[in-house]
Amino acid sequence: MMLSFTLNGQGVRLDTALDKRVVDLLRELQALDVKEGCGTGECGACSVLLDGVHRLSCLMLAAQLQGRELTTAAGLGSASAPHPIQRAFAEHGAVQCGFCSPGMTIAASALLAQNPDPTRDEVRRALSGNLCRCTGYVKIVDAVRAAAKELGDAPSDAPSAAPDDETAGARGKP
Amino acid sequence: MANPSGILSPPRHDALSKAVGAERFAADLAPEGCLHAGAFRPGALLGIAHGRVRGVDAAAALAVPGVLRVLTAADVPGTNLQGIIHKDQPVLCGEVIRHAGDPVALVLATSAEALRAGLAALRADIEPLPGVFDPEAALKKDAPLVHQGRKGGNLLLGAVIEKGDARTALRSAPRVVRGEFSTPVQEHAFLETQCGVAQLLPDGTLDMTVSTQAPFRDRFEIGQALGLDPLRIRVRAPHLGGGFGGKDGATVQCLLGLAALNASGRPVRMAWDREESILAGYKRHAVRLRCALGADADGTLLAFTCRAFYDTGPYAHLGGEVMELGLEHAAGPYRIPHTRIEGRCVYTNNPIAGAFRGFGVAQVSPAFEGLLDELAEQLGLDPLELRRRNALTRGDVNCAGVRLDSSVHLVECLDTLAAHPLWLGREAWQAEAPACTRRGVGLAAVFNGMGYGRGLPDMAIAKVELTEAGDFLVYSGVADMGQGNSSAFALLAAQELNQPPGAVRLLQPDTALCHPSGSSSAGRTTYTFGNALLKACAAMRDKLLARAAMPLLRDTLEGLELVAGAVRHAATGKTLPLAVLARYLSRDDRICVADFLMPVAQDPPDTGRAFPIGFPHLFFAYAAHLARIEVDELTGRVRVCDYLAITDGGRVLDRSCFDQQAQGGVAQGIGFALIEDFQLRQGLIRSRDLSTYLIPTALDVPDTLSLAVEGDEDTGPRGLKGVGEVGLNGPAPAMAAALHRATGVRLRHLPFTPERVLAALKQRKTPSRRRA
Repeated sequence: MMLSFTLNGQGVRLDTALDKRVVDLLRELQALDVKEGCGTGECGACSVLLDGVHRLSCLMLAAQLQGRELTTAAGLGSASAPHPIQRAFAEHGAVQCGFCSPGMTIAASALLAQNPDPTRDEVRRALSGNLCRCTGYVKIVDAVRAAAKELGDAPSDAPSAAPDDETAGARGKP
Repeated sequence: MANPSGILSPPRHDALSKAVGAERFAADLAPEGCLHAGAFRPGALLGIAHGRVRGVDAAAALAVPGVLRVLTAADVPGTNLQGIIHKDQPVLCGEVIRHAGDPVALVLATSAEALRAGLAALRADIEPLPGVFDPEAALKKDAPLVHQGRKGGNLLLGAVIEKGDARTALRSAPRVVRGEFSTPVQEHAFLETQCGVAQLLPDGTLDMTVSTQAPFRDRFEIGQALGLDPLRIRVRAPHLGGGFGGKDGATVQCLLGLAALNASGRPVRMAWDREESILAGYKRHAVRLRCALGADADGTLLAFTCRAFYDTGPYAHLGGEVMELGLEHAAGPYRIPHTRIEGRCVYTNNPIAGAFRGFGVAQVSPAFEGLLDELAEQLGLDPLELRRRNALTRGDVNCAGVRLDSSVHLVECLDTLAAHPLWLGREAWQAEAPACTRRGVGLAAVFNGMGYGRGLPDMAIAKVELTEAGDFLVYSGVADMGQGNSSAFALLAAQELNQPPGAVRLLQPDTALCHPSGSSSAGRTTYTFGNALLKACAAMRDKLLARAAMPLLRDTLEGLELVAGAVRHAATGKTLPLAVLARYLSRDDRICVADFLMPVAQDPPDTGRAFPIGFPHLFFAYAAHLARIEVDELTGRVRVCDYLAITDGGRVLDRSCFDQQAQGGVAQGIGFALIEDFQLRQGLIRSRDLSTYLIPTALDVPDTLSLAVEGDEDTGPRGLKGVGEVGLNGPAPAMAAALHRATGVRLRHLPFTPERVLAALKQRKTPSRRRA
């Protein structure tokens, strides 16, 4: 079946089985920044943004991408032009083995779109679906707070509106 | 002097590429046209942990489109036995499965889907055999044997570490406390599961890229199991997505190598899914200990005895070595004149146990600290004061009989804890517990040996190259499993060569290009490889100054110095760019190699004779930990409110990496103490995935405060010691102490789940809001 969607700003049109898991499809498309840690929606390593909403790509099927806009960590920024969240992760020691980092930064960006100035507890709640086995989370929370500050201090011409997030209630708005 | 964190170190050189998802792990490799290999592990499907293999029916699997081969033990060249020291684990089991995750067949397929279908279509006929699932039961005369005909039966290794006459001293000690303690299996749960790719090249080389902590040793393990010349095996180890010990020793390697030998030269990929990782991966040894501690009425420790049982599962892996560390640390970081520590490492039909951060030591620290707390209570002494009075200092003889001619700053760690507001304010904080809540503050003093220990030379060989572009390339000989050693190497090299950080690049281990430098384990990599690297860089500096003399027209080397990107003559200010200098030199001449061998204890004690390799250790990291917890009286749930980790890891090279090790180790230790509940029934794993085997999330651990007590370890690179493991050893005893304070009950069997805590609360029935 033909499937069309936007991946990190680029139009994608391909013939694929519609019941393929999105994480598999993305990795076949060389979006290798999307990691798989469990395949059962427990670890968050495969986190992506679907129309700006945090989703787990191991629990989605290709058909769910039709006409949608998908963002992975590579769509947030790159090593030469990192997103403030990514730079904050590097600068604040939030990265150790780094396998959870792409998914963790995606979860953080979904949080900051909803809540530009989260408390440490709010950060912890929002990231609680993303497992990290290395850091103990302290520096990850530091990094998200630092990124929030930087984004908050930036001139406010950037689009701030995030689409309605069906899961926002579970993630604790202030 | 304790040094607070919060200073922003320069970022790790690997951090940004990982944060943006650009770093390529072994899990990210799937070469064009690669085959997919997977192991068939029928025990878990059939509910059999010990059984005789009567046959494998591959007909239906081979009929699946895309399935190319089904290999069994008969197809394995070589010994078909893998293992690090003892080779007792079949690559594919032909006669017997000894645990539920043992593989009996290997499937090669053209796609991941075909592989799954092929594995699902395989059938095995396994006749159940009586199993043995408890190490003490396994030592009984009539116990089923895990390895039929093995001399020694189910006992892998029995050992004693002894100093003085502990039995006599204990009999005459004015105060004695005793107890039985146990710690469970722990799963590493690294986010990147075991994986790799392999290809048999036309020249006969088996070329592998694997998520591994020991690429050089792997070649020998694979070579022996598969009958290959290690020289014809190349292993590359990119950055690991976590290791923690669980990727020390072959995981996918031998199976993957076997697959590549049968793939007609095509590349093959193997990646375990999470369930297979939990089923077949190595675990922390479950341990049971019975100990006694004797002291004078004033709290001076006199004697310690201990009997420990380590459950190694069906294969030796590193069981004896893990137990060695445990026994060496069993009496704690204290001066005790008389000790007798016995251990038995025993085969069972439980999952395979192996290396895990805190290697044998995390299992004994709840026991020695638990007894110390009980002694303090009996003597009416402050638990911190009791520890301070008995803590080891430099020059003391430790409980294994080793004179500590190395840096020891445990007392300073304890002094720092004693002066900290979290400790000073404990009574008031405990008294302010909310309704239906108990509060407790607990502390622990812990330590962890660094390096392989005597008898197993801890060596690293560093290689550094001046490139044609005039920057430097460090060839790392030890894998980076996420702890940041490669970033430390880049930093050390840049400092030693007086170059800006960007001028040093790092090549991750590749057995064809780098030099064997041992495994990434034992808190040794930055110490041992770092020392070798400093020597190689010093040699490089001297060489470049000498080679620059001619182009700079200097008759002597006097006044020449290495500056950023150039050699400079100080007096004239004349410089020679390194990129130009590189053009004068052959490639061989642009390379410097140096090695370093970790010193060992001189005059080792005459004990621990069952440990010809690895006993004893000379260098240790020390730490004092404090936990403040709340216990919900209605549910038994424990919340860790605050955590303080004060660590003596020598001089700190990179503060951010240092704190990462402390905070990450503490989080794994909190998981071990409170959350991670590995469920086993008759050798069958009931917590088979991350929805049933829970590890700490961001909501389960506090903002651990990491403080450093800095004192030089004279032999260390820039004075540092390895700090990766000690942090995991503190949380369990600190939690036990805090729980006792909160509930009045001493919990001695990990994990302290809500069920166990609630049962303890009911048993005690003390009023809430008790004040000390």
